[in-house]
Amino acid sequence: MTVIARYFSRVLLGLSLLAALGGAHAQLAIEITGAGAHRLPIAIADFAGEPGYSRALTSVIRADLERSGLFRLVEPGPTPISENDNVDFGAWKNKGADAFVGGSLVADAGGKFEARFRLYDVSKQASLGGVAFVTTPNMLRAAGHRIADYIYEKLIGEKGYFSTRIAYVVKQAGRYELQIADADGQNAQPALVSKEPIISPAWSPDGGRLAYVSFENKKPVVYVHTLATGRRTVVANFKGSNSAPAWAPDGRRLAVTLSKDGGSQIYLVNADGSGAQRLMSSSSIDTEPQFSPDGESIYFTSDRGGAPQIYRVSVGGGAAQRVTFDGSYNVSPRLSPDGRSMAFISRNGGRFQLAIMDLASKQVQILTDSHKDESPSFASNGRMILFATEMGGRGVLSAVSSDGRVKQRLSVSAGDVREPAWGPYLK
Amino acid sequence: MRKLALPALIASLFVLAGCGSQPAAPEQSGAGVENRSATATGVGGGDVGMKPYNDPKNVLYKRSVYFDYDKFDIKPEYKELVAAHAKYLAANKGTKILIQGNTDERGSREYNLALGQKRSDAVKKALSLLGVREEQLESVSLGEEKPKAEGNDEAAYAENRRADILYSGEF
Repeated sequence: MTVIARYFSRVLLGLSLLAALGGAHAQLAIEITGAGAHRLPIAIADFAGEPGYSRALTSVIRADLERSGLFRLVEPGPTPISENDNVDFGAWKNKGADAFVGGSLVADAGGKFEARFRLYDVSKQASLGGVAFVTTPNMLRAAGHRIADYIYEKLIGEKGYFSTRIAYVVKQAGRYELQIADADGQNAQPALVSKEPIISPAWSPDGGRLAYVSFENKKPVVYVHTLATGRRTVVANFKGSNSAPAWAPDGRRLAVTLSKDGGSQIYLVNADGSGAQRLMSSSSIDTEPQFSPDGESIYFTSDRGGAPQIYRVSVGGGAAQRVTFDGSYNVSPRLSPDGRSMAFISRNGGRFQLAIMDLASKQVQILTDSHKDESPSFASNGRMILFATEMGGRGVLSAVSSDGRVKQRLSVSAGDVREPAWGPYLK
Repeated sequence: MRKLALPALIASLFVLAGCGSQPAAPEQSGAGVENRSATATGVGGGDVGMKPYNDPKNVLYKRSVYFDYDKFDIKPEYKELVAAHAKYLAANKGTKILIQGNTDERGSREYNLALGQKRSDAVKKALSLLGVREEQLESVSLGEEKPKAEGNDEAAYAENRRADILYSGEF
């Protein structure tokens, strides 16, 4: 049994324990199918405190770091080690760990916990810092994600994405559920259940709202759904089809595709549904708009050249520049958070595959070996790309790192999963 | 192959622009929260007799126009069917239809939505040219989302490359 597999089974144990503790529905299972070449070895001790809860907490931290593909978990041994215990750096060095985490979970009288931890650099024999989070039994997982984010940021040098959420659609028994889950697939909750299809969910930049297309009125209509209240606003219900919502980075406007004036064309509309304005006029299909992170450009799919390719136009309109040139089917552009690269779906010999382009050099890399990839979506730090694909005739979600090295598969026990969208950092 | 369809599409845009038929004002309600389930009226209410489009013996009972792969023009074998619906609609100006375009499942959902729109727009354009008023017609797309045939072989794909006509009360 490989180290990864052994730790993965530990992770699974931890997750099922947590599910039992928190009453959460473990609807999405995540399987790690590939890991990075250079993984940082880290030992995360069992935290001191009531073992049931503290092991659940450390399981979340370990699973997050492991799943990122950037860490290799070093066996911590059976003894809990708190943030105040003396660290035997020599012993951890001998075990091959470059970093070590000790901590504790202390219950107070009010039924709350304080989760404390300290992160150490083993070779420098120095503390890299530590934090205390007040949490509750129901919020233990959230605390674990925040601790994992802290460790990730200290050791990798960029923000972690473990506290973010994902949205996706499950088709099951003739029903469509728009679900919101934690980035690790846990705590899935339906935001909308419908007998008709739901596609193209898109997170508002503040993470509080989702735009999507629903077919509940026999035609595609764009809604904005406030997650905290469940309140829905019609953003585009013009004559014809309304689809492909994409948020502007300021969260005040969306780009949408409307057919109200003939053909599928891109418009800008305010988030309350007012002020729809046509971005440009073409006699071709223009759809799948996507803002660049600076809000200055819109990338989109168009068949103006005879086959679908990705183009870029200024948000003020004007002439569009073609972005993709290789092949006869390049669609679904998604810009990385730093604006330097673009994920998209490319058809190669009949296979639809996730690809990434470095926008400066125009270099394209195919990231998968699957054949029905759809709907890519970047994690908030740009490291991972979530997308839909098909395995054994069922829709599944996969994630791959933007360098193609780390691969994960997320699946629910039944039904088709599709249309993933990775949410922004929590504010 | 695709180029053949483009002049027709461009022509359709000119036709639409030419007859000055601006689309209706946005059918937008500010809240729009409660509109979750469609009110599916039963077919053939039976009060004033069966509508011809609900009569299995009538040509109007046929509502589907099928398209070739990557094609958006109406094939000769469907001209008669489209003409029959046009004749009925021209004579019944209070009757409205919804034309739903569909595609097979291959490729991007949103791009397929746009391809399905080209199919429903083609049927709408043909009906307009035959004298049906703009207010009676709405063309929309279901893309690949509502396949009539499940499965991923050519037979299923062909079944799903389709535009359907729905009459008032059916949408």
